[in-house]
Amino acid sequence: MKTEDVKLIDAKGIRLDGRKIDELRPIKIESGVLHRADGSCYLEWGGNKVFAAVYGPREAIPRHTQNPLRAIVNAKYNMAAFSVEDRKRPGPDRRSREISKVISEALEKVILTEQFPRSMIDVAIEVLDAEAGTRCAGLTAAGVALADAGIPMIDIPVGCAAGKIGGKVVLDLGKEEDNFGDADVPLGISPRTGEIILLQMDGHLTFDEFNTALDYAIEGCNKVSKLQKEALLRKYDTIKEGK
Amino acid sequence: MTLVPIIKRDYIVNLAKQGKRIDGRKFDQYRNIEIETNIIKKAEGSARVKLGNTQVLAGIKMDVGEPYPDSPDSGVMTTAAELIPLASPDFESGPPQQDAIELARVVDRGVRESQVIELDKLCIEPGEKVWIVFIDIHILDYDGNLFDAASIATLAALSTTQVPATRFELGEDYPLPIKEPPISCTSIKIDDFVMLDPILDEEEIADARLTVATDNNGDLRAMQKGLNGSFTREEIQKVIKTSLDNGQEIRKHLYKNLGK
Repeated sequence: MKTEDVKLIDAKGIRLDGRKIDELRPIKIESGVLHRADGSCYLEWGGNKVFAAVYGPREAIPRHTQNPLRAIVNAKYNMAAFSVEDRKRPGPDRRSREISKVISEALEKVILTEQFPRSMIDVAIEVLDAEAGTRCAGLTAAGVALADAGIPMIDIPVGCAAGKIGGKVVLDLGKEEDNFGDADVPLGISPRTGEIILLQMDGHLTFDEFNTALDYAIEGCNKVSKLQKEALLRKYDTIKEGK
Repeated sequence: MTLVPIIKRDYIVNLAKQGKRIDGRKFDQYRNIEIETNIIKKAEGSARVKLGNTQVLAGIKMDVGEPYPDSPDSGVMTTAAELIPLASPDFESGPPQQDAIELARVVDRGVRESQVIELDKLCIEPGEKVWIVFIDIHILDYDGNLFDAASIATLAALSTTQVPATRFELGEDYPLPIKEPPISCTSIKIDDFVMLDPILDEEEIADARLTVATDNNGDLRAMQKGLNGSFTREEIQKVIKTSLDNGQEIRKHLYKNLGK
């Protein structure tokens, strides 16, 4: 199928799934969902279903990975074999290794790693059902799980993508939009300061289009950030009510 | 042995002498089971099972492929289990380790040997094309007794599976043909105490483990003993009796959740 064959956006600016140009897919976040983890999060973002769990800080092993001045952050992004249309072979591949790396680096920016020399903080991100935008969903879930684990951070990191479909810049690409769209810009920010901690792009955008996409994505991040904080507070509400 | 397991063992054994367990259950009492089915849209069938704090997700994918030369007119099934780092501080990513392989093989045997999936009905063209059923088990939260949680999740996922015939242009989608499954129950032994459905703290210090799978008629379908301890004849009989009783309860619970 070619791009022209699919009408991703109509004249009124309504997209395939009925969303407006700057509208997010429905998002649901829960914190503290796993018993064994030090902190955890379950997130549904459109058709994505993602778990994140935090273990640590604990002694970094193997020993040669230890940094005497700060903690290392190991995010591991993994997709379940049944999360995609054609079964994915279990285990890490080149794509998931790359995503793990960019998410680890984004998290290192916000975590106060210098408080835990020679330690490691493990963040496991598990994608159970995938439908475009899993790395942003993963980063967002990781942020909630880290906060739930009580890891000191300068901010709760959050991710959201923008892109271009049918000649228009839009927020938060869905499945068809990702497959047949013109460009995809996943973004991660530290919402308090607006600093960009994760940025990738593929496709084709003009400079102006890129700036619009960036504005949309930052706006999206800020909306998702609110949901993250609500999810964290909700956990303590239920404790207060003795549920 | 390091210090913490010794203290833990003392604690558990002392409680057991008073007829108690850490979480307040009786020796032959199963934890609460919650089953949710069809939660993964991309999978042909899926189920999340919570067994106390243990959480397991099973997903089924299907594909069209070649049959094995020795069984040209029957479908193919494979089972894989992943002990992903999400579930425990001790699990690491990478190729499956011994424990994951044992888990996958025990679940696979439970499904294969009692012919839960009617593989002979999954032939498309004899010797050429058959359906392949991929069972993938993900451990999400590890608090003991993965064998039972994984097999319940697998059975629940299989019973909600739709064969994706439309996607491969082979006619309409239809439910995966399956037969009544046996249910497995695991017990462990610590000193002279036998406990059903161990939590992680109990499992870590257990001397021996026994899994018994029973069917609807009250017959035995599979057993697997693990760890380096032993059982007496009487203990084995007691474990089987407990497994039969609890197996029936679990079966009822499973059917109720599947709406049968």
